[in-house]
Amino acid sequence: MSPRKRKQRSILVTGISGRFGRRLTRQLHRDVPVVGIDRRPFPDAPKDVTMYRVNLRSRRSEEAFRQHDIETVIHLNIMHDQRQGAATMHSFNVMAARKVLDCCVRYGVQKLIVLSTANLYGSSARSQEYLNEEAPLMGAQDVATSTLVELDMMCTSFMWKHPEVETVVLRPSHIVGKLRNAPSNYLRLPRLPKLMGFDPLMQVIHEDDVVAAILATLLPGARGVFNVAGPPSVPLSTGLELLEKPIVEVPHLLFEPLASRMFKSGLWGFPPSEIRFLQYGSTIDDSRIRRELGFQHKYALDEALREFKRYP
Amino acid sequence: MSSAGKPSNVLKRLAFHASSIRQTWSDPEVTQCIDKLTGHHLNEHGYDAFGYSPEYVKKAMPPCAVLYRHYFRTKTYDIHKVPQSGRALLIANHSGQLPFDGAMIGTSLLLDRDPPRMLRAMVERWVPTLPYVSVFMARCGQVVGTPDNCRQLLSADEAILVFPEGAAGISKEWKKRYQLQQFGYGFMRLAMETNTPIIPVAVVGAEEQTVNLKNWEAMAKLLNTPAVPITPTILPLPMPTKYHILYGDALHFEGDANADETRIGRRVKRVKSAIEALVERGLDERAGVFR
Repeated sequence: MSPRKRKQRSILVTGISGRFGRRLTRQLHRDVPVVGIDRRPFPDAPKDVTMYRVNLRSRRSEEAFRQHDIETVIHLNIMHDQRQGAATMHSFNVMAARKVLDCCVRYGVQKLIVLSTANLYGSSARSQEYLNEEAPLMGAQDVATSTLVELDMMCTSFMWKHPEVETVVLRPSHIVGKLRNAPSNYLRLPRLPKLMGFDPLMQVIHEDDVVAAILATLLPGARGVFNVAGPPSVPLSTGLELLEKPIVEVPHLLFEPLASRMFKSGLWGFPPSEIRFLQYGSTIDDSRIRRELGFQHKYALDEALREFKRYP
Repeated sequence: MSSAGKPSNVLKRLAFHASSIRQTWSDPEVTQCIDKLTGHHLNEHGYDAFGYSPEYVKKAMPPCAVLYRHYFRTKTYDIHKVPQSGRALLIANHSGQLPFDGAMIGTSLLLDRDPPRMLRAMVERWVPTLPYVSVFMARCGQVVGTPDNCRQLLSADEAILVFPEGAAGISKEWKKRYQLQQFGYGFMRLAMETNTPIIPVAVVGAEEQTVNLKNWEAMAKLLNTPAVPITPTILPLPMPTKYHILYGDALHFEGDANADETRIGRRVKRVKSAIEALVERGLDERAGVFR
């Protein structure tokens, strides 16, 4: 999937200095002018990338829209770390996204791509086991995670309110790779805790496949909500066996209080809200993006998990 | 029974039972039937989207076959009424405190039907919260009974087992045996929506496997379980009653799946009376609880 080559109009990447932003930029900047907004530095950014080191919520971030003819916005400026607190997550996820949506309308942006997550479908005894894009978003557990649901729903309703903007909401399954997120932090542990007597389905996708999925949605005409699942779901034990690491079975009644204490004190990067994925699993149906955009994952399960092997 | 008095005869009978159980345990046909199953969408690791694994079922089959053939000595009637292919909803009465009836219906379709057919039961939402049990159920192809899960499986042309009485049926007290409890309506709406034939099933014998004197409701609330039965044996383990599983003629229902409750209720009643007739027949056919 090569992005379209129109020299004049640019792609704006919010949260460009994050892992996905940097990777996308390296794939895009030769073909299209790339503009980035991020408060964090982008150390060895390609020379032809225009950076705005500003807060996305500030008024100055709008300069990116004013000074460039933005055709596409890839919105990656999304915070998943619940330790930042509900208020920060709200302003980061909801207020910033509102600003981006607003600018998309005012500056005639043609396409908006938002990287949401399939975690929002939730994982509990009451949630569905087979999830297509129509499944309800039941993953909000507290105010912090509900900001992510709000962001997703804001973007899907934007899709209907403003049909002139081709809006794409991507919901990838658990992303694994060199990045720091809950599933990768978990798999990186030297000893893998597992809930005694539970073996839910797990589904992971390699970060490169997520980048490929974002690039696939750049195709003109692509719009709507897309699940991206990667290799098929397998029981957690099957996945963990591939890592060849010791597994510690913990009774589920003990696990949560222990884990949440360790998380709060910063000893452990695995948020307690993710424990539900060690207890209840689901399968994400991504047949839509495969059928409509020809997306195919490159990393099979063992390749996606190779990163976390004991002796890689 | 007259010869059972002599100790040598008792030993002989025990030895005979032990050898026949051993035979069933190692009977290659018991696991071969799993290889004959078709129509599942398995991924390259051998699991389907709900965590069902035929390889796991193969390991679970010997104990199920022993329960089926030797413990409950199950007799089936008209098993060919379950279609060979295409979606189907099996609707059965529920009893026995522990869901051995579901396991035996599933086993009957694997062992006594030729060619065998995999049956997937819709289980209580409580089941996935249980350690070990949740894994066993999922690997054996059981799915949490949400409408969306059921719709997904029916659209993949699977056979689904539903107990519309739910927990009220399985945990009913001894005095209410063979009285069908209130049916849920969800299965009927799904059958009409997906144009699925309904096959009524009756299990006779499971009612007597455990004597539930009374449901201890306060304890059930405390333990967060659907029911806590008070039984003479303390644990609700089953006695070796003889199971009779009766399959009825397929019923077809057409019309608006979103019709109001009274209209749907009338159709549900037809299914319920079909099951009641099968239960009556089963009670007539058997010579006693243990035979």
